Amino acid sequence: MRKVYMDHVAAAPVLPEVREAMLPYLGEVFGNPQSLHSWGDGAREALEVARNNIAGLIGGGEEGVIFTASGTEANNIAIKGLARARAERGKHIVISAIEHFSVMNAARALQKEGFETTLVPVDQYGIVNPSDVASAIRKDTVLVSVMHANGEVGTIEPIAEIARALPKDGPVFHTDAVASAGIVPINVREMGVHALSLGGNQFYGPRGSGALWLKPGVRMLPLMEGGIQEGGRRPGTEDVPAIAGMGKAAELAVRDIKSRADKFEKLRERLIRGVLGKIEHSILTGHPVQRLPHYASFCLRFIEGEAMLMLLDSQGIAAASGSACTSRALKASHVLLAMGISHEISQGSLLFTMGPDNNEADVDYVLETLPQVVDRLRQMSPLYSKYIKEQKG
Amino acid sequence: MPVYSEKVMQHFMNPHNVGEIPDADGVGEIGNPVCGDMMTFYIKVKDNRLEDVKYKTFGCGAAIAVSSMVSDMAKGKTLEEALAVTPALVAKELEGLPKNKFHCSNLGAQALRKAIRDYAVKNMINIPGLTDQQENEEEEEHACET
Repeated sequence: MRKVYMDHVAAAPVLPEVREAMLPYLGEVFGNPQSLHSWGDGAREALEVARNNIAGLIGGGEEGVIFTASGTEANNIAIKGLARARAERGKHIVISAIEHFSVMNAARALQKEGFETTLVPVDQYGIVNPSDVASAIRKDTVLVSVMHANGEVGTIEPIAEIARALPKDGPVFHTDAVASAGIVPINVREMGVHALSLGGNQFYGPRGSGALWLKPGVRMLPLMEGGIQEGGRRPGTEDVPAIAGMGKAAELAVRDIKSRADKFEKLRERLIRGVLGKIEHSILTGHPVQRLPHYASFCLRFIEGEAMLMLLDSQGIAAASGSACTSRALKASHVLLAMGISHEISQGSLLFTMGPDNNEADVDYVLETLPQVVDRLRQMSPLYSKYIKEQKG
Repeated sequence: MPVYSEKVMQHFMNPHNVGEIPDADGVGEIGNPVCGDMMTFYIKVKDNRLEDVKYKTFGCGAAIAVSSMVSDMAKGKTLEEALAVTPALVAKELEGLPKNKFHCSNLGAQALRKAIRDYAVKNMINIPGLTDQQENEEEEEHACET
């Protein structure tokens, strides 16, 4: 049976060059970067090479790069660390309604410390309107966080325009670029942000690697107390193999970002055109153009996502869904609901995320298989038979 | 480790008795698309026995397997016997359901009972064991709403 993996948002294999770059630090170059003896030298050098590569990936100074163990951790440090450092000036945070849980729940956790959060709505494509962000700003707003790209529908937000709409010398502006860093070009200066989160595993680096970039001079409070690693902003002995791997992945992303995106876009468009053309009552979720090049996301009416994923898996295809049944919490995706998609339609959510190994034949196999899966589930759906009867009646 | 038991996968991949009965003697619908699972059961009754049981299901893999299992367990039984099919028995026959899915996906037995009640009301007959379960059943249905 043909195997087609299109769930790269969940997990992707590290690139062979990345694995090679990590191996020495799991073996002979085992030193602690903080050690003054020669064993520490090699590890220290690995950290600084990686820091350089990450800075290069996002167009920021390397002194601003703080290594973390995930994108989630970077987001937590950004939201809690930046807000707490400004608590005396104000306790109001503005975020979009479609942020990742690591931003959303970090902001919610701050409520216990007296912070208030305003959620800025999105339009039907998941786009945040910069003037909505600007009008949510109050005198006591100390932090704004809007994601660069959404991890469920792939919509890319107008970060630079939002930055321009914010008051000068106003709140700090953070963007969660975990879904987009290494996939589309990023420049923190052009974006006008003070802080940016990224995760190495989203651009074929290892899991357990991430980074927060902070503009020099921007104050933050660390989440953990400990030693002087990362300037005391993120204490804990550095995970040198993971950091070296992410650094290599960043170097490769800088080199290949354009060619990868060109390839992804062709596959994505083939898949989107095919699904919308072949399957009735299917809608594209997210923005048709302003979207991540490797993201094809849909809602297929009258059926449920988990059942689709299981049938696709039985045919060798891996995808993802934002349906309530696929979430452990059994809750519909807050992203789809914020875009105005009904609970019922959001149940039919289906997401394909492509990776470097996917090709046209993979897309064609999905296009051959998916209509059969959808048809099979619709044939047993009471919602579909009701719809058909209403059409006839 | 797979999320679902082998039995659930068998019924999900090859569900039994899927469909509608156009001239059904009783119809029972339960769940709502908001919480993700919705089932409609159709029954055909002859001489106090379930001569035929069919269903349509909107929902996750577990919901589909549950519907299939309930239809198997009920078909050919007397109405009283069919009323003894409970969510716990269905889960047991399916070799277990994931904890978080137990309630929302396991509505098949209630949908079947609703179809039997529909039949009883239409034909103005009393079936032992039907009325006292009524309250629990409705509670169950609302438990899923958000």
